[in-house]
Amino acid sequence: MQLEYFLIVAAALFCVGIYGLVTSRNVIRVLMSIELMLNAVNINLMAFSNYLDPQDIKGQVFSVFVITIAAAEAAVGLAIVLSIYRNRDTVDMEQFNLLKW
Amino acid sequence: MNLAEGVQIVSFGILSLMVIGAALGVVLLSNIVHSAFLLGMVFASISGLYILLNAGFVAAAQILVYVGAVNILILFGIMLVNKQQDFVPLPNAWLGKLATAAVCGGLFALLSTMVLGTTWAISTEAAAGDGSVVLIGMHLFSDFLLPFELASVLLLIALVGAIILARREFIPDEQPGDPQPEGLKLPERPRDLVAVGSAPPDGDA
Repeated sequence: MQLEYFLIVAAALFCVGIYGLVTSRNVIRVLMSIELMLNAVNINLMAFSNYLDPQDIKGQVFSVFVITIAAAEAAVGLAIVLSIYRNRDTVDMEQFNLLKW
Repeated sequence: MNLAEGVQIVSFGILSLMVIGAALGVVLLSNIVHSAFLLGMVFASISGLYILLNAGFVAAAQILVYVGAVNILILFGIMLVNKQQDFVPLPNAWLGKLATAAVCGGLFALLSTMVLGTTWAISTEAAAGDGSVVLIGMHLFSDFLLPFELASVLLLIALVGAIILARREFIPDEQPGDPQPEGLKLPERPRDLVAVGSAPPDGDA
């Protein structure tokens, strides 16, 4: 097992997340893509923690923090989605242009 | 992790295939409910990768927080806003998708060449393994104490903010004489209670 394998898997997951973030029309799918990207970063942190710093595992502490932030982000993101859905009656990203010139 | 090298390689291959395949399913499938369940599969497989990386505690936290909380939250969000609407097709949508795919592929190629071209300073010390829970606890209460407290404050703020964002601004007040709106009636609304053992009244078949 090598560090590079995990890093390449994380890079692939991050790129899939970016693709979904840019091309999705549904708001919920955008949130799911953000979760994918956060998980890719977490895999990176854990791989570095295991292979470069196995005795003083600070990478695992960092990923615990990232998991916490991700949970808070998902809750607030879904609340915003619910609020927008109630006002605009749609989940289409292309119609959420309130703040766009 | 004291598994044989071959077992580790094989399980890593299976887990990474599951992660990438399910992530592609999350992004590309048209039914969003399928996407949400595949997202749970992504999270569970990533937890398996963490176990391969000698991190049992974070693997358990991943299952608890992601599969148990975030995925369920997303499923509830889908149920609350699930509007079966066909999005108006944009002109030249394929062009944007193509450009995005090209950018993502380029980013992946860039990251891969960087990862493969770097000489990492691999440590040869033994991994902490099952002692990682103790080490994480020591870190959280010594040198990461301030971020830990800030994370708790952030969770509190997120909790309050989510409630304020998602609640209704007003409750439509109802006149006393109004009939009950149709949406509030339960289909299995209980009938009037009948005393046990008494004969049903006549005419009530």
